[in-house]
Amino acid sequence: MKNANSLKRQNYLLLIGILLIPTLALWMGGNSEFGGADTMASELIDKSEGYTPWFESVWAPPGGETESLLFALQAALGAGILCYFIGYIRGKKATANDK
Amino acid sequence: MITKANWLVLLMVLMPLQAFGMHIMEGYLPAQWSLAWSVVFIPFLLLGIKSVRQQLAQSPERRMILAMVVAFAFVLSSLKLPSVTGSSSHATGMGFGAALVGPMAMSVVGCIVLLFQVFLLAHGGITTLGANAFAMACVGPIITVLVFKILKKSRCSLRVALFFATVIGNLATYMVTSVQLALAHPDASSGVWGAFLKFIGIFGLTQVPVAIVEGLLTVMVINILVQNDFIKASSIFSMNSVKSFKKKGLAHEKR
Repeated sequence: MKNANSLKRQNYLLLIGILLIPTLALWMGGNSEFGGADTMASELIDKSEGYTPWFESVWAPPGGETESLLFALQAALGAGILCYFIGYIRGKKATANDK
Repeated sequence: MITKANWLVLLMVLMPLQAFGMHIMEGYLPAQWSLAWSVVFIPFLLLGIKSVRQQLAQSPERRMILAMVVAFAFVLSSLKLPSVTGSSSHATGMGFGAALVGPMAMSVVGCIVLLFQVFLLAHGGITTLGANAFAMACVGPIITVLVFKILKKSRCSLRVALFFATVIGNLATYMVTSVQLALAHPDASSGVWGAFLKFIGIFGLTQVPVAIVEGLLTVMVINILVQNDFIKASSIFSMNSVKSFKKKGLAHEKR
């Protein structure tokens, strides 16, 4: 098994990769005013056969700002819980080492 | 006076209203298909509920792991990553969950995330929930587990296997989404296969970098958990741990 230090080093490398890929993609793709892949797919459907969706979304965010608020909220919720637990197990390990 | 520049600013403010991401949009699957995919998904959901209940009855650690899996899926599905094609898409976080709580439990986790997105973000849809859940929460995790097993058999290192399993699991989700769209909207001239190629062209290109990022992130978080002695590296994807939990879970339920 790998020891903790080499895991740490590996994690730094992974982090660099995680930051690098979207940056490169932005640099190559050009702009950030992207529509999503599913919008492109639905446009394709609309165009090819004049399909009209038969069901509307029950509720849509009343604007772009609210939508990004809700997205931030979703990310914050997830990251909060995840990091709470990571902190918890770190603390647990630290106290176990003290004994 | 409304100048041209003002109009542009206004347009840019209104633009982000368009949805983004990965799921089949509300209303874009004809009724019979949305019904069919829902029926296909239901057995997985029932198995998932059973698995989650058993795991919840286990131990506080098990509950923590489940909470972390849901949290990870929440974070990842809010990460709209830009891609080379000038469109964006987001990761699913399903590989991480499949590694820790098993593929069956992921059907429940995936459902929770999808429902959140449907009701609060108008992303995906109720009528397409069955199809989206089947692609993301069934096929994705199951493929992830299979790929991991195969790579592990061929003596890949644990982290390399985990990385590729997550990446391929993520891509598998989009393959299924493309198949679902192609079946419902076959191309007028080239039929289902042509439509499939069209959709996979849109989703696939966007998705490859996103899948790689998801793979890296998954390995990273698993590393953190292993580093802090929370899980053993060997217990990843080990169905034995889930099985032993099952026995205990049954005993717990009898009481």
